[in-house]
Amino acid sequence: MLAVINWHSILFLVFAGLACAFAVAVVVADNIVRMAFYLVLALGSTAGLFFLAGAEFIGAMQLMIYVGGTLVLLVFGVMLTAQAPFISIKTSTNDRVLAGVVGAALLAVLLQAAFSVEAWRRPGVGQVANPSATPLGMALLGVRVDDPPAGTSPSLVRSGYLLPFEIVSVHLLVVLVGAAYLARAKRRRTPRGIETADVAASGGSR
Amino acid sequence: MADFLINTVGLPEWLAWGITAGVAAALILNVIAGGALVFIWAERKIAARIQDRLGPTRTGGRFGWLQSLADGIKLLAKEDLMPEGADGMLFQLAPYVSFCASFCAFIALPFAFDFVGQRLNVGVFFVVAVLGLEVFGVILAGYASASKWSLFGAMREAAQVVSYEVPLGMCVVVPVMLAGSMDLVTIAEKQAGWGINWYLFHDPFTFVIFWVYVTCAVASVNRAPFDLAEAESELVAGFHTEYSGLRWSFFFMAEYGSMFLVSALAALLFMGGWNGPIPVAELLGLSEGTGDTANYFVRLIGCFNLMGKATLGVLVMMWVRWTLPRLRIDQVMTTCLKYCTPIAAAMFAGAMFWQLALPGGVMRGISRPAGEIREGWLEGPGGRAAPRGATVPAAVVPSKKLAQVQP
Repeated sequence: MLAVINWHSILFLVFAGLACAFAVAVVVADNIVRMAFYLVLALGSTAGLFFLAGAEFIGAMQLMIYVGGTLVLLVFGVMLTAQAPFISIKTSTNDRVLAGVVGAALLAVLLQAAFSVEAWRRPGVGQVANPSATPLGMALLGVRVDDPPAGTSPSLVRSGYLLPFEIVSVHLLVVLVGAAYLARAKRRRTPRGIETADVAASGGSR
Repeated sequence: MADFLINTVGLPEWLAWGITAGVAAALILNVIAGGALVFIWAERKIAARIQDRLGPTRTGGRFGWLQSLADGIKLLAKEDLMPEGADGMLFQLAPYVSFCASFCAFIALPFAFDFVGQRLNVGVFFVVAVLGLEVFGVILAGYASASKWSLFGAMREAAQVVSYEVPLGMCVVVPVMLAGSMDLVTIAEKQAGWGINWYLFHDPFTFVIFWVYVTCAVASVNRAPFDLAEAESELVAGFHTEYSGLRWSFFFMAEYGSMFLVSALAALLFMGGWNGPIPVAELLGLSEGTGDTANYFVRLIGCFNLMGKATLGVLVMMWVRWTLPRLRIDQVMTTCLKYCTPIAAAMFAGAMFWQLALPGGVMRGISRPAGEIREGWLEGPGGRAAPRGATVPAAVVPSKKLAQVQP
């Protein structure tokens, strides 16, 4: 009898439950580093869901970008701005109510959207026999190797994602340059002339 | 193995799969824990020899074999202390976070052709992503300890690891590009054959980028000369100042696990993985498809090769640790941003153009391009269907074997 249990569904429920529980914990916790920790666990569970669905590339992406990058940056931000140890954020009741209403509304919209798509109700639609990240990488380079869906003109399908990819890259480059400009050491005038804030800080301990 | 348990032993399916998963997990755990025991002993001996001492000599015989075990018992017996002002939950969880990150990366690490916990087609990416998570445990430990030393150590570690991920990623991309796959099994299989087929010797650029990878790998697992996070001359012990007993030893196991992991990754990406410098299995006439026992034996040799290379990498890291003085934090950042990153970028571009111009690598004329050898059975279902022996020249495989292999 136990042999007929669908382990895939059980693991799905485990990961989904973990993701939801830790997402709630992020909201409920009042210590910002604990929030970050719960967020890591929630995002990690989401990555687990992706792996379970066979989308290994997206799962690894989730780990790399969200869990790794975002949270290390978050922790950086916390530590650089914290004035006292263990900063805590108390949420007022008004905020909780407001957030609850907004969250519930979004959930309702998403549920409605998810259940209204006809194709998502049938199991096993659009499954790839041997999933691989290669078509995605080729598409990012502007070459589509996957089969075009029936009924679309070839010129539209074959375009790939090279242009959006390049636009995003240039955008990120601009952001980087801007961040470097904002964060560079400020020059200031002293009786001895111009020196950078770095030199002033290390030279004069006062 | 699950098939064997279901069909031969007659266990119910859920139990068989459970046992299979448990055995795999226990094996990986033992690679980390047992490896840590051996490496701690080796570290003591190597450090001692480099400093003209003897190291442990009495515990468990002449060479102090049991020193690590004695250390472990001492750590178990230690009181588990926690500072009064610490954030209890995070303080207690942090070592496990570090250890879990190290452990998870091993899941996708192949030890031989199908000695792998879970073969992912983005294996390299997964390992690098998970390896980056280890720093999160360190940050939590530093923050939750409520100690200035710990916080400084954690901040340094965070800055260092995040910076070194950039050149490390660039180094890792080069073998991925040469193999045309992010699957660690495929990458290693493309380097089959003699040692000159390794990507280390593929072209001058890969040779240089291997050393950049070594530097970045040492830095990303926080070993000297990059162990700023636990610089004992300045920060007492850095992020683990407040830890004692078993929790502290979890940090150490994570560190040794990561060292082994980056070394194994170096072996897989640049040094042929489980393909030794001399293709012993092939010379013996054992190849894929000559039977289950032969297959198993080939895998065992491969596993031995990979473990040997990874252990060699760890030993080199120890040698470096006890030879070079620790860098200052600004020198660490300079090494990363002004040297490793530009060199890696230039070598990446160079390897790309080399691959365009001379796809077979520098040793092309001397040895067979590895890609042609096993392509067939890599693509086959389950990786075993197409026998490799069929494409091996008769000069290498005795003709009797070849006759058996060919369909």
